[in-house]
Amino acid sequence: MDFQPTETRRMLAEQLARFLERNCDPETRNKLAYEPPFHDPALWDGLADLGVTGAFLPEAQGGFGGEGFDIATVFEELGRALCPEPMLGQLMGLSVLADAGADLDAALAGQERLALALGEPGGGSGLEPPETKARHTGDGWRLQGRKSVVWGGGSAQRLIVSAAHEGGIGLFAVAPRDTTIAAYAMIDGGGAAEISLDDCRADCLLEDGGAALERALARGTLALCAEAVGAMDHVQSLLREHMRTRKQFGQPLARFQVLRHRFVDLCIELEQARSITILAASRLDAQGGARSLSMAKALVGKVARQWSEEAVQLHGGIGMTWEMAVSHYAKRLVMIDHQLGDSLWHLERVAAAYRAA
Amino acid sequence: MDLRFSPRDEAFRAEIRDWLEAKLPQALSRKVAAGAELSKADFETWHALLAGKGWLAGGWPKEYGGAGWSPVERQIFEEECCRVHAPRIVPFGVNMLGPVLIEFGSEEQKRHYLPRILSGQDWWCQGYSEPGAGSDLASLRTSAVREGDHYIVNGQKTWTTLGHFANRIFCLVRTRAEGKPQEGISFLLVDLDTPGIEMRPIRLIEGGHEVNEVFFTDVRVPAENLVGAENQGWTIAKFLLEHERTNIAGVGYSQEAFDKLRAMALQCRRDGRPLAENALFAARMAEVECALEAMRLTNLRMLIEAEARGAAGSAPSMMKIKGTQIRQEINDLARRALGPAAVPFPSELIEANLPHPAPEEYARAAHGAFNNRKLSIFGGSNEIQREILARQLLGM
Repeated sequence: MDFQPTETRRMLAEQLARFLERNCDPETRNKLAYEPPFHDPALWDGLADLGVTGAFLPEAQGGFGGEGFDIATVFEELGRALCPEPMLGQLMGLSVLADAGADLDAALAGQERLALALGEPGGGSGLEPPETKARHTGDGWRLQGRKSVVWGGGSAQRLIVSAAHEGGIGLFAVAPRDTTIAAYAMIDGGGAAEISLDDCRADCLLEDGGAALERALARGTLALCAEAVGAMDHVQSLLREHMRTRKQFGQPLARFQVLRHRFVDLCIELEQARSITILAASRLDAQGGARSLSMAKALVGKVARQWSEEAVQLHGGIGMTWEMAVSHYAKRLVMIDHQLGDSLWHLERVAAAYRAA
Repeated sequence: MDLRFSPRDEAFRAEIRDWLEAKLPQALSRKVAAGAELSKADFETWHALLAGKGWLAGGWPKEYGGAGWSPVERQIFEEECCRVHAPRIVPFGVNMLGPVLIEFGSEEQKRHYLPRILSGQDWWCQGYSEPGAGSDLASLRTSAVREGDHYIVNGQKTWTTLGHFANRIFCLVRTRAEGKPQEGISFLLVDLDTPGIEMRPIRLIEGGHEVNEVFFTDVRVPAENLVGAENQGWTIAKFLLEHERTNIAGVGYSQEAFDKLRAMALQCRRDGRPLAENALFAARMAEVECALEAMRLTNLRMLIEAEARGAAGSAPSMMKIKGTQIRQEINDLARRALGPAAVPFPSELIEANLPHPAPEEYARAAHGAFNNRKLSIFGGSNEIQREILARQLLGM
């Protein structure tokens, strides 16, 4: 048993951290995150140059990573810096393209941005079977429907869309210019989009997309957990500093027992979130891995909300301000629970095992 | 990152598993599984079996008759023992005094006392807390005044677990009244047969007799029974508490309790359906299982870090808090699962030879839930652990 990262991953993490410190400081980040195009193509390219996208796939598919710990390493650093680049879509999109045996060189190099369009208006978890319809015509496939809250949908150069057809649920590649896209900022920064597909031309990647979708969602779920861990880790240092330096009644906040005990409880939960994420990363493609991922997302979702609320509360009024980085982290930590199934949705999946004898 | 146990660890696990299967008495295992109170003879049987194999003192170095196991090996041992419902090892001699003597004792003390712990000749109990000194342990007042070759001990100790089975007690006593309270404490070994000692039972919340109070009136203790130097007791006490808190997460025990809860959720019914199909109950189970899975790994991460650094750091305090929260939550759910059948007072039923409305192995769920409220209080309450952690994490 060994909890040390490999040398390659440690170096990737260090390079990423340095790069993001320089290029994605809180002020820069907020300028990018809430104004179109809700990210920075130069920042994207820089991350790709460092190997972020290459880390998403194994060597056999042209990358140099692809394991759970590669994904977790990258997203932990993105989370630490609150990076608004739409890497989640890239990760899941690459997974689908690889499973489909489709051309992915440009996406793997980061020269083509991908977004995965699954959710639809009125969807609950965003993971329900799609109502978007696909039909096969003499002139190839056509899609009809609407996709909602597509992360990175506004800046993607290729969309991967789920749609139902007679034979099941397929995954299709769509060119953004063939759709109608309304992009907007997310409440915690970064971009999302509503996408209308009106008799839209599509390339079929997989007629039966079930397994590929499962794998893509597993990767995305792990990535979100790791992102939350990175973000909480950073908030821990912000909060620690605040509690050591902010004085009231002539004393630093850390001198007040009721406050420091709350800080301690948060730190314990962070270690728990870190552990369950490590566990999920180790079991990404293993037997029973889906249940471990749900355990991770359920626990991380709960802990991230606790960190979000407590970090703001312990900062006091200043924690409510746009100016303070902690408020943006607080939003991200809560909104991660709105992506790829919230903690209750995943808890239900964990609990399903109890019913079987 | 590699979360697999090494082939060596796996072989170790297999060896433990095989031995337990062959040697653990079935009747004892059934008693533990049902959460029944164990007798002195039960504990002695189990200790003797382990001692015969050389596994009683897993953490002691081999030169003192221990097994020389690493923290991870001790964790594996705990998990395997819990899996088959083996009794716990009574910690006071093996896991508390033993390491203290090995670290601070004289050669003579080690030669005399360590073999007696392994053989079961001595059953030690702990004389730390006092009525006026709980969390604020350093304010203890039981005094030991040097008179020639003896200390004269006067005062009162309390919460002495299984003291009624013990023949010896290790005590923290005040040997100097002046100066900082921590600097006037000594660590003294006392034979419970010495005149002037009286032990009285304390009945606990669930009705059982587990702890005692011990009164000392002009008790003459040979001066050679001092461990370490006079007034060095606080250092020893802190060392002991650290050891008490190694493997404190109790992952094996919580897993055992959770496995039982899963079985209960299928067997116990609400409105005609198994509890496992009740979404609210199942959700609470799932939440605690997530926490337990995470803690299993947090614990291993911290044990391995402790092995590498040679110091446990903040890990034991974190594991004490999280481990007890998880265990108490599982106990609460197990009690809840029984519904009305949790109500009967088990010892009353046993005395009257009446059947319990719940299956035998679940009947003591409420009993266990009340008794285990102690977990977050003893060994340094969870609030004291938070203070320790706050100092380390906030650096002030």
